[in-house]
Amino acid sequence: MPLKISYRTINKEFQDKVKEISGQSFYKCFQCGTCAGSCPMSEQMNTTPRKLMALLQLGREVMLDEVNTPWVCASCYTCEVRCPRGIDIPRIMEALRLITLRQNRNQIEPSNLQPEEIIDLPQIAMVSGFRKFTG
Amino acid sequence: MSTTADETKKVEAQLIPIYIMGKQYEVPESLTIMKAMEYSGYKYIRGCGCRGGVCGACSTVYRKAGDYKIYSGLACQTVVEPDMYLTQIPFYPALRATFNFEEMQGKPEEIFGLYPELFRCVACNLCTKICPMDVEVMDYIAALKRGDILAAREISFDCIQCGLCASRCMGELPQYHIAQIARRLAGAFLTPKAEHLKTMVANIDTGRYTEGLDSLKAMDLDMLKTTYSDREMEPAVAGDDWTPKENSNL
Amino acid sequence: MKISYYPGCTLKTRAKNLETSALAAMDALGLEVEELTRWNCCGAVFSLADDDLIHIVAPVRDLIRVKESGHDTVVTLCSMCYNTLARANELMKTDEVKRKTINDFMDEEPDYAGEVRVYHLLDFLRDEIGWDKLKEMVKKPLTDLKVAPYYGCTLLRPADVAIDKPDNPRILHDFLSALGAEVIDFPGALQCCGTYQILGNPEAALSASKDILADATGHGAEALALACPLCDYNLGHKQDIMMTKYDGLKEVPIYYFTQLLAVALGLSSDEVNRFDINRESAKQLLESKSLIA
Repeated sequence: MPLKISYRTINKEFQDKVKEISGQSFYKCFQCGTCAGSCPMSEQMNTTPRKLMALLQLGREVMLDEVNTPWVCASCYTCEVRCPRGIDIPRIMEALRLITLRQNRNQIEPSNLQPEEIIDLPQIAMVSGFRKFTG
Repeated sequence: MSTTADETKKVEAQLIPIYIMGKQYEVPESLTIMKAMEYSGYKYIRGCGCRGGVCGACSTVYRKAGDYKIYSGLACQTVVEPDMYLTQIPFYPALRATFNFEEMQGKPEEIFGLYPELFRCVACNLCTKICPMDVEVMDYIAALKRGDILAAREISFDCIQCGLCASRCMGELPQYHIAQIARRLAGAFLTPKAEHLKTMVANIDTGRYTEGLDSLKAMDLDMLKTTYSDREMEPAVAGDDWTPKENSNL
Repeated sequence: MKISYYPGCTLKTRAKNLETSALAAMDALGLEVEELTRWNCCGAVFSLADDDLIHIVAPVRDLIRVKESGHDTVVTLCSMCYNTLARANELMKTDEVKRKTINDFMDEEPDYAGEVRVYHLLDFLRDEIGWDKLKEMVKKPLTDLKVAPYYGCTLLRPADVAIDKPDNPRILHDFLSALGAEVIDFPGALQCCGTYQILGNPEAALSASKDILADATGHGAEALALACPLCDYNLGHKQDIMMTKYDGLKEVPIYYFTQLLAVALGLSSDEVNRFDINRESAKQLLESKSLIA
């Protein structure tokens, strides 16, 4: 699908926010796709990590109700150890999650979990899940 | 003459400035926050319960001049200080989960199911810092996260359910409600049953006290008052072997 | 040597078998560990945002507790706890600005600057006992047991807290070899099981876990050895669901590495190993190999 680029589609403020929260520069990415090829979750992503980096470079405001990548990311750090440009991609994913979560928009609601489900889950799953999916 | 002057001095309390919800009042320095508020013209309809430091209705937060920290106390117990900025927070919304106690077994997972937000605690410790009873709130939450109901019971024992912890919580936990279910589960399922209690309940069931209670019910008010005021009491200093003379109901 | 032991929440409930087997094994190896008397949940995942330090406060508090106990070393059994504590420790050691912010926020605690050494039991065994010595101490070699070492993510990534080479680790291999097991190498050993996605996107997590199990059995593994209660949940506890969902997926028992250690050291009792928490096949396999009675 072609992507229309103009000065109107570049959201500098959004780019800066991602850079500030993640401490990472997505401009370093040269689109080799190692991250997407290594990602154990990429099958479930509608946008690969590589493409996400391209969108950020082009200044697109990544909306997480459209792009599911950061919600599917498991912070497993496989992309980070393999990235030839040394980008800490999980930190960029975290920044994108936080931009949404900080607007008080949770991805999962603890109150909506069924008690049977909670009783089956180990604490470690809830602690980590709530940290990644609730603000 | 000098005696009179001294006596006047004795009863004259020093007035100090305090700020109640931002407005300055001059109040006698020896008053508690609650009395100072009443002195300043506030009238308690709610936000005041036992006046004895145990009911948790009058929790108050305040700051001191030139100090960034938030302090807390019970209005009925805390003495005013010059330039304290205060407001009472008699109630803070926190949801108490509903459960059927009869069906519970005293397992940590039952608490997890009722309060999954437990796992949103980040150990910021703001709950412990605000607690007017010096309960280590963060520590009992930590204990519950690892399923240690008995430890949570011990640590939370002094909680008076004022709710200040919930007001400060980053993870939006209703800590004091969670501690309450922990204490209830501990009492019902995790600690040994009191044998003497069982005996007592059995005694009640078999009607041992029916007669005595009926005779109390039949008394008129004056008789009831006399019976109460004339009752035999344990002396302030009594040995371990002290027993009442009238012990037919024991 | 006195060492602090940080258990982590799940080891007190669902992963009790990880704790009981580890404590018994450490005792048999003559390692004295002392559980911290006061500790809180480490947060399980490390904060990855530059402006989010509040989520680093929890692991730092635990490190302060270690220091307060008078010890300079803490050992963990859970990989996620290891990762969170080790990364928080690195940050406190190396980032002066963030260290100051965190210390200032925790004005009720003594300052901390990364003075504690954070170990996972695996690298602790390697560095403090050594594989040769461990081999000598084995009483019941796990001969003929074909075990696939499953590392997962948090013991190896990111590189600054890795307990071995992140891309080609040997530590769990060497450990299992020392116990006398037949080590089954498989590419899935470093792949993520889906971790907390079991909460957010269960399909994704189950799919990732299924690939790992299929890969291990495809390479001839009879069992997997791992160190993380969340991996154990996804790969072990969820196996029944995966077997009904994915055709041809074979049942495979999952062990905590400490259970295999305990068995090899001759500690075969139920109280030590708590196989009742594992999949049923876990105990059966060891019985069929006459490794436990």
